[in-house]
Amino acid sequence: MDTLKRRLLDLIIYFGLWLLLTWSLDWQGVVVGAVLAVLFAIALSGLLPEKAERLFSPVRWFWAIIHLFSLLFWIIVANFDVLYRVLHPNLPIRPGIVKIKTTLKSDEAKAFLANSITLTPGTLTIDIIDDWLYVHWINVHENLEDAEAITRDIAGRFEVTLRRVFD
Amino acid sequence: MNSQVGLAPIILISTGVIFDLVGALGLIRLPDVYNRLQAATKCVTLGTFLVLVGVLVHSGWNAMGIKALLAAIFVLWTSPTGSHALARGAHIAGVRLWEGTVVDRYKEDTGR
Repeated sequence: MDTLKRRLLDLIIYFGLWLLLTWSLDWQGVVVGAVLAVLFAIALSGLLPEKAERLFSPVRWFWAIIHLFSLLFWIIVANFDVLYRVLHPNLPIRPGIVKIKTTLKSDEAKAFLANSITLTPGTLTIDIIDDWLYVHWINVHENLEDAEAITRDIAGRFEVTLRRVFD
Repeated sequence: MNSQVGLAPIILISTGVIFDLVGALGLIRLPDVYNRLQAATKCVTLGTFLVLVGVLVHSGWNAMGIKALLAAIFVLWTSPTGSHALARGAHIAGVRLWEGTVVDRYKEDTGR
């Protein structure tokens, strides 16, 4: 998708966001919002990535919704995990920073994978370098050398859906 | 919107507040920056998210409800990004991990 189209989409998103935030169709507000949306679309370096036409693919949206629900489920699990660790008198933690290799290709997919990992039980993404994600894990496996098992445990549950959304 | 608060918003908001409290407790009890960020990110994200969803359920689809919904989406989106930036910044600045930490592959690989 070429730059002009992407900028137009940016503009529509900014304007839509303004309308939602103000929640009124008073003409003065709408005019101010339109002017600001144009200014932002020109001034800011694009909101959308290179392949923005993927926004119009219903299959990708379907998988995005699946991903959102699985993410919400794991966030709730993560919260009970923290609840258990924090309230337990002995503080059962065994922290460490492990690295995992992701098979996802696009930058957006990696960013969403990193954020999803941060919100799920016991893990916090610290950095991404190329295909490697460095993850702080509050309760590291006994078997540290088994990189595949670590990757599967941390990233496996999200890579499946994210690949279908972004790659 | 009436002044009577229904059951669903009360449940949502109080669950959210409880998780916020657990996050705050974790911030005090856990040993180092990284573990504390874990508790702070997960619990505070879900806690705040639930409070905002409770506001949405209470006020319905009007100006306040929509703002709460947008805020909930932004919290879900930005809070993991923020905690990543804090953890990475702390590691680069040389904040040490807790002595019970078993492994630090990040230091092994980047030398920082």
